[in-house]
Amino acid sequence: MTTSSNLVYLIALPLFSSAILLLLGRIADKWGHLVATLVSASTFVIAAVEFFAMRQRSGDARAIHQDLFTWISVGSFNVHASLLLDQLSICFVLLITGVGTLIHIYSIAYMSHDHDRRRFFAFLNLFVAAMLLLVLGDSYLNLYVGWEGVGLASYLLIGFWNQKPNYAVAAKKAFVANRIGDVGLSLAIMIAFAQFGTVSFSGVEAGVPHASTAALTALGAMLLLAAAGKSAQFPLQSWLGDAMAGPTPVSALIHAATMVTAGVYLITRSHFVFDASPTAQTMVLVVGAITLLFGALVGTAKDDIKKALAASTMSQIGYMILATGLGPVGYAFAIMHLLTHGFFKAGMFLGAGSVMHGMNDEVNMRRYGAIGKVMPITAITFGLGYLAIIGVPPFAGFYSKDKIIETAFNAGGAKGVIVGGAALLGAAITAFYMTRVIVLTFTGTKRWDDEAHPHESPSLMWIPMVVLAIGSVASGFLFNSGHAMVNWLAPVVNAAGIHDEKELLPPLTVSLLALGVVAVGVAIAILKYRTNVAAEAPEDVSILTKIVRRDLLQDDFNDRVLVRPGQALTRFFVAMDNNFIDGIVRGVGGVVAVSSTNLRKIQNGYVRSYALIMVIGVLALIATIWMVTL
Amino acid sequence: MSIVSVLELLPLIGVIGLFVLPKGSTTLVKQFAIGVSVVDLAISIVMALRFNRGVSAMQFVESRNWISSFGIKYAVGIDGIALVLILMTTVLVPIVLLAGWNESENGRWSPRVYYALILVLETMMIGVFAATDVFLFYVIFEAMLIPVYFLIGGYGRGERAQAAMKFLLYSLLGGLLMLAAVIGTYVIATNQIGSTFDVTALSGLHIDSATENMLFLGFFIAFAIKAPLWPLHTWLPTAAKSATPATSVLLLGVLDKVGTYGMIRFCITLFPHAAHTFTPAIIVLSLISILYGAFLAIGQKDINGLIAFTSISHFGFITLGIFAMTSQGLTGASLYMVNHGFSTAALFLVAGWMASRRGSTKIDDFGGLQRVTPVMAWAFFIAGMSALALPGLSSFVSEFLVLVGTFTRYPLAAIVGTTGIVLAALYVLLTVQKSLHGPTTPGNESLTDLNLREKIAIAPVIAILVFFGFFPKPITDVLNPASHQVMTHAGVEDPQPKAGK
Repeated sequence: MTTSSNLVYLIALPLFSSAILLLLGRIADKWGHLVATLVSASTFVIAAVEFFAMRQRSGDARAIHQDLFTWISVGSFNVHASLLLDQLSICFVLLITGVGTLIHIYSIAYMSHDHDRRRFFAFLNLFVAAMLLLVLGDSYLNLYVGWEGVGLASYLLIGFWNQKPNYAVAAKKAFVANRIGDVGLSLAIMIAFAQFGTVSFSGVEAGVPHASTAALTALGAMLLLAAAGKSAQFPLQSWLGDAMAGPTPVSALIHAATMVTAGVYLITRSHFVFDASPTAQTMVLVVGAITLLFGALVGTAKDDIKKALAASTMSQIGYMILATGLGPVGYAFAIMHLLTHGFFKAGMFLGAGSVMHGMNDEVNMRRYGAIGKVMPITAITFGLGYLAIIGVPPFAGFYSKDKIIETAFNAGGAKGVIVGGAALLGAAITAFYMTRVIVLTFTGTKRWDDEAHPHESPSLMWIPMVVLAIGSVASGFLFNSGHAMVNWLAPVVNAAGIHDEKELLPPLTVSLLALGVVAVGVAIAILKYRTNVAAEAPEDVSILTKIVRRDLLQDDFNDRVLVRPGQALTRFFVAMDNNFIDGIVRGVGGVVAVSSTNLRKIQNGYVRSYALIMVIGVLALIATIWMVTL
Repeated sequence: MSIVSVLELLPLIGVIGLFVLPKGSTTLVKQFAIGVSVVDLAISIVMALRFNRGVSAMQFVESRNWISSFGIKYAVGIDGIALVLILMTTVLVPIVLLAGWNESENGRWSPRVYYALILVLETMMIGVFAATDVFLFYVIFEAMLIPVYFLIGGYGRGERAQAAMKFLLYSLLGGLLMLAAVIGTYVIATNQIGSTFDVTALSGLHIDSATENMLFLGFFIAFAIKAPLWPLHTWLPTAAKSATPATSVLLLGVLDKVGTYGMIRFCITLFPHAAHTFTPAIIVLSLISILYGAFLAIGQKDINGLIAFTSISHFGFITLGIFAMTSQGLTGASLYMVNHGFSTAALFLVAGWMASRRGSTKIDDFGGLQRVTPVMAWAFFIAGMSALALPGLSSFVSEFLVLVGTFTRYPLAAIVGTTGIVLAALYVLLTVQKSLHGPTTPGNESLTDLNLREKIAIAPVIAILVFFGFFPKPITDVLNPASHQVMTHAGVEDPQPKAGK
């Protein structure tokens, strides 16, 4: 394998810059954001150079490796800090540094009035460094460091305005939900070491054929748990909506384009585990299908534009997870959708931020309306993202999502019909809720009062939006032409060159079906929200609507099943410790005290005097023996 | 004379110096004491540099007859585990002295006495880790109680007298059991190999299993009180709530490690068969400690109580790693002792600064400190991240090694222990949220941020936590041969990977 000495700079530069900005403090306030943006841009340049160099090499010589130092070496547990850039990780590196740099640029303007802008940029750089480590680490333990690093950055950025108590709570919730996923990743690494004696990707891959199916299924299940935590998949999805407390550029970068897709990366990177365990693969499929519908449903009932987009993100990642559950034919499509989604969802989040920027941080779409007229660039770029996500040809989502639906149907048997049907239904609901967002925000009549003065955002904000919109338009076509993405990733995820065995439905039928249901979703949303939008969400709605509004009761469930019993258990243990365990001790102590009180008449007895005298006595005895024997 | 003896004696000589200094100059007393501890630190670094990393045998050994008629010797020597624990001690002493600059002034006795007690304690802490004569170890083990007793009872806060007594009684109970076991071992040795307390000689005894079990328990219970294992833990939160921050750091960070260190050095080395017999029970107690300590930490309203219970949870991880008896478990547990020392130091010191500024140790009385005292808040946050073993900090390496080392032999125990990481996130982040985030609690608006002295005290601790998170190799390289030696004594080997190549 080729080695390179450049990879480490991808991580070291933003990490160093982040540390400098944090340590220098207010001194760096004037220029911190510029340094952070330049550093992010330079990582993109390195990534681009590596990408073009990689294209020059032939298929099996494309991966490059950089061994940095021995991190942990205890017994046979030997883990190097070393990096791997292959066809899979370069996709992520380009996405992270590219979208990351655009969002740095956007944030210069978006955060310009914030007192703590420097700190914000330091956290953004920290995030970029951790995310790059996540996708570049060549072993599960290296990945874990990046995995928790992005979790930390996410926590710090969700809680960036943590003087507001509910924002602080949202940050904590995200961290804790992620930690549940981390239990999965920790156990996966332990299983890997116990089974294969190594935790490197290549080592585990080499060992898979020798392992029992039960071990592989356990390994796969734990990796899936980890992915569910990080990627907000069922049943660990509840944190993502609250995470919208963070500044909007953060929602775009971390909670839409990059970090939340880490679960898809983990599963794709571990394809050899899932390919060898049909049970684990089916679990992945089920989690993806449930989440894509769950998120889409939740998205239909959100009036907060960011939460609507967050529900959509959850749903779209559900598509990607579903695709990875389809085996070797699915991975490339999962990554393709991940990349197109990175463009259009980040673009739409930046658009939402642009609207909020002009509307005094109002997020309720019921108070929007007719914003397209006053913010044309925002409206057009958002609109292109919209066309991409609902899957209108030739926009990006059409290519990437249709491929997933098609492959799902071709999975064969009842499985194929069920997951294909779920994916198709999801497309219809997506069309509905996204049309609702567009209609409520940009069209119709103005519902904002005269205190709001919406205006187009400055160029530093709209230029990144335009770039992402171009990606939303063109990326799908580019990835799909000549099966570019499938061929590019094949050496990593589908070395055997497996294709769909049989087609349940021809591609054209799938596309027409999808377009049909999308049209229905769009039409219903337009009819429903074109006119007469109440300023407050109506209360006299069906029980079903109420449930959907409460995020399908996810928090109610967690509260009753986890939080409250946990609190009760804590109270029980505290009481037990005070009354029972320490009580016994005090009881024994009390007996001693009582008897010592009685003895006081003949001796001046405090227990502590006795105790101390006893220690001193023992020592004196020893001293005496010593002196006597001299 | 061995460099280890120099290291031990220097603080003791410093104590004499303290009382020779002119009366009335408290600052001079403080500076002198810190100076002595810094010189000791320098000597310990020289010792570490001269330590031969590839060797598992004791180094820098010195042996002198002490009480010849019983074969008792002043015998010292260090292996890798003792080395890193001694280094932790010599690093922490100057830091806590600097951090707790004003702690000595509200005590029952003068600052001079306070510094004398800490320097005496330093001598004993080094001595206890270096002792290779079981009797010498026992004497220091018991004698250490005295300075701690006076530090809590004389300079603590709240119900300090009761806390000090509870600590003393508990420790005394353990000490007596250990004394019985020490004598029992000596009697057997006298019959088999002659009068000796030498730990290496004693490890070769042939003891019938019933007796071995009894002797093992004598040592183990004493150690399980010291490094509190559920349900012998209740003295610790009481002591931590009453002790000064510096005393708490030395008590939880260093002294309690004598317990876990003793389990490796004496319980497993001297009584390997009994260790195997009791392993299932000890693993269960460790798991209970991990989860129970975490739940209790979540339920604490006092910040020092919280830190004490997180420590009980962490001691559970350490005993789990020790009795998993794998390379990763043992080295991870020893590394955990060091990391816990620094991470607890950071927590106690920053919590102490927060408390002295606010005049309260209640978590609910803080609030919004992030905006008022950002540097102090960051220091507390990083200490908290270390307590929850965030990757990138040294505590992650040790916690993960313990868990992976346990998993290879006892997968179920590792699974249960791993759930502790969720609880750790809860107890740390709940506290961070309550004390650092949210609107500024009335009364906190004008709190001052860390001063230069405090920054200088906390910076090396944080630097150590970060540095060894990425480069733990210098420590693990020293620990590995010692762990291997322990496993050889115990007659165990690492499990092989299950999926054959």
